[in-house]
Amino acid sequence: MTLRFTLTTAIAGGLAALSMTSAVLAAPLKVDTSKSTVIAVFKQMNVPVDAKFKKFAAQIDFDGTKPTSAKASIEIDIASFDLGDPEYNKEVLKKEWFNAAQFPQANFTLSSIKPSAGAPAGTKYDVVGKLTIKGKSSDVQFPLMLKKDGNTQVFDGTLPIKRLTFNIGEGDWKDTSMVADEVAIKFHFVAMP
Amino acid sequence: MQRYTKPAILLHWIIALLIIAAFSLGLTMVNIPGLTPTKLKYFSWHKWLGVTVLGFACLRLLWRLTHPAPAYPFQMPRWQQSAAHGLHGLLYLLMFAIPVSGYIYSLSAGVPVVYLGLFPLPVFMAPNPELKPLLKLVHYWLNMTLLAAFCLHVLAALKHQFIDRDGVFKRILP
Repeated sequence: MTLRFTLTTAIAGGLAALSMTSAVLAAPLKVDTSKSTVIAVFKQMNVPVDAKFKKFAAQIDFDGTKPTSAKASIEIDIASFDLGDPEYNKEVLKKEWFNAAQFPQANFTLSSIKPSAGAPAGTKYDVVGKLTIKGKSSDVQFPLMLKKDGNTQVFDGTLPIKRLTFNIGEGDWKDTSMVADEVAIKFHFVAMP
Repeated sequence: MQRYTKPAILLHWIIALLIIAAFSLGLTMVNIPGLTPTKLKYFSWHKWLGVTVLGFACLRLLWRLTHPAPAYPFQMPRWQQSAAHGLHGLLYLLMFAIPVSGYIYSLSAGVPVVYLGLFPLPVFMAPNPELKPLLKLVHYWLNMTLLAAFCLHVLAALKHQFIDRDGVFKRILP
């Protein structure tokens, strides 16, 4: 009886400890979307213009002790793109720009991540991932900066992309002297365990 | 009758042409529906014209402050002289107020001005969606005031030339 009791307790305790450990390791971070931003910066006749994606969801599973096993995926709601003018916001959802009716989401999936050579440990990583916008996918590479503030981790980075790779701006809008091909997608994610 | 100085005459006509161009382009561009490359191009050109007007207006004000305008003919009634001074003052004011209001309106919309597509001009204000509609209204009504002032200015010049025949208009002719 006593033996049985002890054994059961031990097994239960062990299982609990195991599940707790795995929970700590595998739990994705909670991304605070109210503090996080995804902004596209482009040049229109050489004028830099910022536009925000107001709605997005980010799943980030990152453990600084084993960064290479990190997982991340970001889904961006195309209709939330804000150029600062309701009329223009409607225009860019049309077929020749984002074609939001057919492709309502853009997404990014992390393929690989490793600490950048030469940078202090835990501050900078080389990231490769797959970016899909308007149904077109392309591999992107960019440096990821990490800052820790207590429990909070802040991920910052800029994805340099070419809009024509994703067919953004068809017809007359292919003219890159009007809207430059180069677009920078700047992100800032604030995450907690 | 004494004429304006050559630089004053030159500045008057350069600014007149630039303002007419910027004004007509402004009306044209806002009437283009939706979003087209032409519309964006016109917006940029309109802003470049506005900045050019502002630059010339600064030169003109400096010139005017250091070189007084020729006197009006003695037979011109006092009230007309005062009215002419008042109208010219208003035109000078609008020459500055309109480009400045347009510039601030553009900044409030989060679109800085890059002069001729080459020179980024100062961004002294963050985008401000709350202020934007108000600035648009201010820019519009300053322009409507300019349109009214311009009509009076032209009518007065024609009256001097063809009714009074007093040589006042000839003072500014190139």
